[in-house]
Amino acid sequence: MFIVIAFMIAGIAVGYILRHHKLLFIHRIILMLIWLLLFLLGLEVGANKTVIQQFGNLGFEAFLLAFAGTLGSIVFAGLLWRLVRTKPENK
Amino acid sequence: MKGSLIILSFFATGLLLGIFRLLPQELMNNSISFYVLCGLLFSVGISIGNDPTSFGQFRNMNPRLIFLPLMTISGTWLGVIVVSFFLKNRSMADCLAVGSGFGYYSLSSILITQCKGVELGTIALLSNIMREVFTLLFAPWMVKYFGKLAPICAGGATTMDTTFPVIVRNSGKDFAIVSIYQGFIMDFTVPFLVTFFCSL
Repeated sequence: MFIVIAFMIAGIAVGYILRHHKLLFIHRIILMLIWLLLFLLGLEVGANKTVIQQFGNLGFEAFLLAFAGTLGSIVFAGLLWRLVRTKPENK
Repeated sequence: MKGSLIILSFFATGLLLGIFRLLPQELMNNSISFYVLCGLLFSVGISIGNDPTSFGQFRNMNPRLIFLPLMTISGTWLGVIVVSFFLKNRSMADCLAVGSGFGYYSLSSILITQCKGVELGTIALLSNIMREVFTLLFAPWMVKYFGKLAPICAGGATTMDTTFPVIVRNSGKDFAIVSIYQGFIMDFTVPFLVTFFCSL
């Protein structure tokens, strides 16, 4: 899996070397690759009988994780907000 | 929102074709998606490296807000760890991998499918889409009860694209740079954290 990370780091290097050329088309390529990958993921999920039968359960687990993750992060955001607000920068 | 619907419709089309087995079995070959995934991350890397101007803008930020992505990460992990005790058939590392998508559902679901299988990948897709939807729907409520940083943390990795307009509308223009900063940092960390938890 770390091969994938290596590809990203290589990409960053290439992007940085070419930073004077605005490679705006890259965003369109990213979007199309995401479409292709999600399509392939759909294919794989659809062909997997156990996952299709379990779809409701998986959705419920997904909901719990999304809910708890979001709630946890907004509680922590609230803590930082309080810190940023009550102690203005001492200069 | 429109972009998310297009992405979802690609997933749904694949799903239907998969259920009814309308395509040859060779397409199910995992290695195809792996090569496309490498291409995707290479492109994501290029887009990060190609835009050094975004670094410069961040200097005008309140220095305390540098820690905002850390709040997002640790808050999410805490919530997800609590849930992992209730999900008997999922390990804590599995749950952390899903949570570490931070709303970046396309990339995280694909990465997780590659190393943990299609079941957890599906959970990652649904869970991270839900996170984005929660942020889009409940941003005003978050600001009211948890302050102006809350929708930015909730948005996770999506705060410089899909949830950006909602954040600026609810938290105010002053938080636009913070929102972009957070999205930038999170976009960058998602692949690392997800692969890390998948390898545990």
